Amino acid sequence: MDYKEIIASYADKPGGIIEAFHAVQSQLSYLPREVIAEAAQVFKIPVSEAYGVASFYSMFSIEARGKNIIRICESAPCHVAGAAEVVQALERELGIFMGESTADGLFALEFTECVGQCQSTPVITVNGEPYLDVNAATIPQILAKYR
Amino acid sequence: MAEEMRIVLRNYGKIDPLKIEDYIAQGGYKALEKARSMSQQDLIAEVKISNLRGRGGAGFNCGQKWSFAYGAKSDVKYVVCNADEGEPGTYKDRLIMENDPQALLEGMSICAYAIGAKQGYIYCRGEYPQVIDILDKAIEQATAKGVLGDFNIEVRSGAGAYVCGEETALIESIEGSRGEPRFKPPYPPSQGLWGKPTIVNNVETFANLPAILENGADWYASIGVASYPGTKVFTLTGDINNRTFFEVPTNTTIRELIYKFGGGIPAGKKFKAVQIGGTSGAFIPESQLDTPVAFDNMSAIGATLGSGAVFVLDETRDIVDVAARIAGFFEHESCGKCAPCREGTARIAEIMENINDGFGDLSDLALLKKLGRVMSVSCLCGLGQAAPAPVITTIEHFLADYQAKIL
Repeated sequence: MDYKEIIASYADKPGGIIEAFHAVQSQLSYLPREVIAEAAQVFKIPVSEAYGVASFYSMFSIEARGKNIIRICESAPCHVAGAAEVVQALERELGIFMGESTADGLFALEFTECVGQCQSTPVITVNGEPYLDVNAATIPQILAKYR
Repeated sequence: MAEEMRIVLRNYGKIDPLKIEDYIAQGGYKALEKARSMSQQDLIAEVKISNLRGRGGAGFNCGQKWSFAYGAKSDVKYVVCNADEGEPGTYKDRLIMENDPQALLEGMSICAYAIGAKQGYIYCRGEYPQVIDILDKAIEQATAKGVLGDFNIEVRSGAGAYVCGEETALIESIEGSRGEPRFKPPYPPSQGLWGKPTIVNNVETFANLPAILENGADWYASIGVASYPGTKVFTLTGDINNRTFFEVPTNTTIRELIYKFGGGIPAGKKFKAVQIGGTSGAFIPESQLDTPVAFDNMSAIGATLGSGAVFVLDETRDIVDVAARIAGFFEHESCGKCAPCREGTARIAEIMENINDGFGDLSDLALLKKLGRVMSVSCLCGLGQAAPAPVITTIEHFLADYQAKIL
């Protein structure tokens, strides 16, 4: 489905723009300008408002980014459990810094706040799927799944 | 009283959450049947007698809230479940939704009947896509079984905003807007989702209703502390041997939670502090551990029950660093609508970073305390009002740690 079809499928849902953005993003990895403009049309709101929604929520990106979104939790429980070492391992493995995407477009590396798996800190998610009790040693095999 | 008691988690591990037949075999949906045989007034009175108070953090009386929505005149009313669960250290609602989703649906349906609503929404945080899946399947099954009657439930996804745990920000999000809180009053029971009377309750709050209807309000009111009866699910994290969850009566003490249930501090280290209720909770020192965890008991020591997160720190922890990280959290999560929060969280984060990096000044501590006071009374919503608490309480109880970084 192209993005216009995806957005159109949510047209009858009151306030459905967030659901629509999630659906488009699962395909495109981010929300390009034309998607935001289309959503504004379909949900009958000004483009500025649609842009306001897209730019407010931390799961949405208005900038292009890698296909597989790796998010490392930096909230206090993960912070004390060693999130910093996991960050270093990820940056080393991927050759990029936090907030960047790999040149081949395969991975994006981001911080997130708590994802609710605090029994198994530190935690990362890849495309929303949680990986628990993560450490520097387990990072390579996790990444291998997506290569 | 130091035994686990499972009410909201009574079906945990005993049923297949994706088989509604299992839930029904355990007596599921009998409570809803009973509720529907009562008048709405009698039902709400029963919930009031139970003295069930909100389990999301605000602790508002559930029956009281429902009576406001019941009394509001409108052809359309809504029941909304707050499943945003953004509070760091907390995953109790995920446990309920993953293991017994029908209990939530039944609780919401009881509320819908009580207030006269035909449409419900579960606002589930975007970070729980697997939970959203489970909820969708559970609703499908409940609908097919016909147990929900004429009450329709839809799941809506959050998109990564801690502030959407605030009920009016959550409502704004369902409406497709930025998650910015509204001025209250009006409160949701009189004007909520799309301006209609709306009940917003937490997952754990709803999940208590079936048991209350089955066993009676008096039974529930007699458990734990009278002012905040029943049980509470606690999720333990940080420097604790048993990094897991427990459901206990509300007269359990913090010390029991940490040492009896939590198994104490790993590697023979000493206890330093525990932050209860989430990332805006107070840091509690050893001297206050014999406090019962119930809402009012915690308020009395300047702490919070909140979501029931229990984040333990041992003696080796740099508590200033932890407080600085939390200050960064609030700067990130501030929605930006009101100036005291938007500016205040940014300044607290900036000052804490300076202190943490060794560039602080003793005058910073007085400034932080003043800023915290101002924010606690001027911010539009609970996020800004509570954000200073971790910094303020660590300055109060661990001044030496701050001085070590400053001098």
